[in-house]
Amino acid sequence: MSLDDYANDAEFHKRLIAEVLEAYPDKTKKRRQKHLSTAKAVDAPAEEEAPEAGGLTECDVKSNLKSVPGVMTVRGCAYAGSKGVVWGPVKDMVHISHGPVGCGQYSWSQRRNYYIGDTGVDTFVTMQFTTDFQEKDIVFGGDKKLDKVIDEINELFPLAKGISIQSECPIGLIGDDIEAVARKKNKETGKTIVPVRCEGFRGVSQSLGHHIANDAIRDWVFDKREIAHETGPYDVNVIGDYNIGGDAWASRILLEEMGLRVVGNWSGDATLSEIEHAPKARLNLIHCYRSMNYICRHMEEKYGIPWTEYNFFGPSQIADSMRKIAALFDDNIKEKTEAVIAKYQPLVDAVVAKFRPRLEGKTVMLYVGGLRPRHVINSYEDLGMKIVGTGYEFGHNDDYQRTGHYVKEGTLIYDDATGYELEKFIEGIRPDLVGSGIKEKYPVQKMGIPFRQMHSWDYSGPYHGYDGFAIFARDMDLAINNPVWGLFKAPWSTAA
Amino acid sequence: MPQNAEKILDHAPLFREPEYVEMLAKKKAAFENMPPSEEVQKVADWTKSWEYREKNFARQSLSVNPAKACQPLGAVFVAAGFEKTMSFVHGSQGCVAYYRSHLSRHFKEPASAVSSSMTEDAAVFGGLKNMVDGLANTYALYSPKMIAVSTTCMAEVIGDDLQSFITTARNEGSVPADFDVPYAHTPAFVGSHVTGYDNMLKGILEHFWKHRERQPGTAINIIPGFDGFAVGNNRELKRLLGLMSVEYTLLSDVSDQFDTPSDGEYRMYDGGTTLDSVKTAQDAKATLSMQEYCTTKTLEYAAEFGQETASFHYPMGVAGTDEFLMKLSELSGKAIPEEIRMERGRLIDAMADSQSWLHGKTYAIYGDPDFVFGMARFILETGGEPRHCLATNGTKAWEVQMQALFDSSPYGTGCKAWGGKDLWHMRSLLATEKVDLLIGNSYGKYLERDTGTPLVRLMFPIFDRHHHHRFPVWGYQGALRVLVTLLDKFFDKLDAETIEPGVTDYSYDLTR
Repeated sequence: MSLDDYANDAEFHKRLIAEVLEAYPDKTKKRRQKHLSTAKAVDAPAEEEAPEAGGLTECDVKSNLKSVPGVMTVRGCAYAGSKGVVWGPVKDMVHISHGPVGCGQYSWSQRRNYYIGDTGVDTFVTMQFTTDFQEKDIVFGGDKKLDKVIDEINELFPLAKGISIQSECPIGLIGDDIEAVARKKNKETGKTIVPVRCEGFRGVSQSLGHHIANDAIRDWVFDKREIAHETGPYDVNVIGDYNIGGDAWASRILLEEMGLRVVGNWSGDATLSEIEHAPKARLNLIHCYRSMNYICRHMEEKYGIPWTEYNFFGPSQIADSMRKIAALFDDNIKEKTEAVIAKYQPLVDAVVAKFRPRLEGKTVMLYVGGLRPRHVINSYEDLGMKIVGTGYEFGHNDDYQRTGHYVKEGTLIYDDATGYELEKFIEGIRPDLVGSGIKEKYPVQKMGIPFRQMHSWDYSGPYHGYDGFAIFARDMDLAINNPVWGLFKAPWSTAA
Repeated sequence: MPQNAEKILDHAPLFREPEYVEMLAKKKAAFENMPPSEEVQKVADWTKSWEYREKNFARQSLSVNPAKACQPLGAVFVAAGFEKTMSFVHGSQGCVAYYRSHLSRHFKEPASAVSSSMTEDAAVFGGLKNMVDGLANTYALYSPKMIAVSTTCMAEVIGDDLQSFITTARNEGSVPADFDVPYAHTPAFVGSHVTGYDNMLKGILEHFWKHRERQPGTAINIIPGFDGFAVGNNRELKRLLGLMSVEYTLLSDVSDQFDTPSDGEYRMYDGGTTLDSVKTAQDAKATLSMQEYCTTKTLEYAAEFGQETASFHYPMGVAGTDEFLMKLSELSGKAIPEEIRMERGRLIDAMADSQSWLHGKTYAIYGDPDFVFGMARFILETGGEPRHCLATNGTKAWEVQMQALFDSSPYGTGCKAWGGKDLWHMRSLLATEKVDLLIGNSYGKYLERDTGTPLVRLMFPIFDRHHHHRFPVWGYQGALRVLVTLLDKFFDKLDAETIEPGVTDYSYDLTR
């Protein structure tokens, strides 16, 4: 499907940025202006056919820096990145929120990491395990309590395959030695115990938590036990798919149809075994680059496993990605891949025929985490929609570089946007749809602008794969074209 | 191919299609290394046994599915009930993202709060700079009338001194010299969200009252407490107070803040107790608390100025409402008008009409300590038995209060209060001593699934049902709504059990 070319109004967007910055005290203005920009045309003529061949644009903003105090950043913390994103979905392990009760409580069951299992018996994802720190634990240290908690977990949840210890802020501040506790309990029980130093004050966002969580897999899971796994010719791992609303399942079905054998899915619906035997695979397929590139690089270095990024949002990217993956295998896989693409084409055609007329030309602003601000763009464009602004909560420079492959010239780019900036940008642009998180949903809807949560799929999904694209298209239509948006003004109101 | 453009399958039916069922079975068999299903079944059965219950209750350190949150959530909640007030939580920034999300998911509303975004360097050197810069930014960007400062556990562990930090920030010009910046230390490792509510409210009152001379008056202060139904409840409370012509101040009223209209304008602030009325609230004759455990310190503080104080346990149902109104009448000297007596009569009428369906029903109730008390008391009034009453943030003193309540009614025999226990304890209770109905919040759906006990959601947070909080559960009219909610659950269950044609539908009665 060819993408209609469009450009965004760079001058207007630059004016909006200037206006927004005026509200800040000078010192903050200086810091924030580096995070706001518009996508610029690259010097080389952008004639390339495939977006991968070269960037369409450049997104020149600073990123992965400390948030400014008091501005209402949307960001979370390292604990959210480790427990909430990377470790939490591993289903047959117990993940202890180690510290006071709140962190585990607020993140309990909120990521929609789907899994199959008997919760509380052999799987534990939608449960909240905490050491529930009290004042005495802060004063005297929590290592003894942690030791006892691990014993109690083993007694009450005997089928748990392992335990991860997700550190909350106080752990690193009071000088607890959770690594020593983990080693001791591992020796006593033989079970995998993973201490994770993801205290919320570390780093500047969720992002460092992802990295620390990746490192914990490397240091506390890999090469710890004999793994019985016979490697087949088409063994791949899916890395960085958290199975939100079933995303990983809607992806896996395609990879299997291509003839690949998905031996591990990280970390949605994953078991500890799927992590342990990952180094035996032939290829790592990485979806969420931001949260799991670290472990892919490690596996490449240590085990010689190559990795490749792919994108299963929307039919254009799905087909491109499947062909890109198939190119790394033999003709058998390549032929099957073409057959898969052909098989789903009628579904794609029917979905586009049904929804594109209802969505054509609609404008979208995105503000999400570390992957979707670029990865979902083509799925909107496949439906005839235009992306006018996008940005990352916790992207790094390499994410913004990759974003240039997706966005059109003039697109408004905002990094670690503040509540104030988002409100003013959205008010100024008045897009037809905003895709962001729960904290942004209601302010935007109050303005009369349709909204979809793009972390949790707004309790819908999956959005990955062909099966997911149909749901995505339906959801964008129902958000934008619902009659409620026409009811905001009281008919007797005189205001225009 | 499972998906179809004409009839798009959502996740629930999609993954039940044969292609996916087969795919997931293959995944399990080949790669997951899960225990054999017989073993899983054996352990699953064991987790519902008396033996397991005893082990479970012998736990000393592990908390599983607790029904409580941490202090700053309560601080952010109570601060939201004051005129144009922005919460500023000093410490790590992720916490604030969590409080905002948590409140938004329940109220389906915006929830604003800012963080001082402390990171590793602040952990070493303290967060003074974050406070100075942060207050300046919040003041400039969000034009608040007041900034209420509370703390995350990070700031508490390193021992940041809010008072001196705020003074420094003020001196450095972050906010004008006379700008209101009340504060409270709200360590997450002490108490729960109800404690944070208390601490922040006391901090706000102290800020306005400390250097002010009280001029004793006749008005009554009422503190609603941390309440997921605050939108409906506070409005009902104000209606009743209006009917009684009582001169009053609600100390923290979030009812408009968490229920702003959709008319094209996003209101970051709406409604709330005005700052002027917070000042004059010092002159009130009395301060009443709707929830004792949300206001222990605040009431003590009000009493220091010579105010009379009284507290209730989330007054619900007949006697709870009676007691509250009579106290109000006594303190204000205003009679309870005939209109309210009529409302009471209508509630009693409804209870009498439906009494046969509720008499002898057994319940498990969990939630904040005051809610559990008020709810159990109402259940006793319907002839129901609140067998398992649990509050993770309930104390020994609360257990004693609950026992006195049980002892006051013949239906309280065989009922027990569990303070400090969590929802995994509740699972054991429900598995070994079954009840007809579970009353709690959205987390209770896992207990409903595991033990087959139908759940009624009447406690914060409610994520998976919409808008219930917009209707009151307080007052006689609120009690009527609670009554209908319970009845609907029982009737729906009875209909579901009798719906099978030719098998059970002889009991599928048209009139019940």
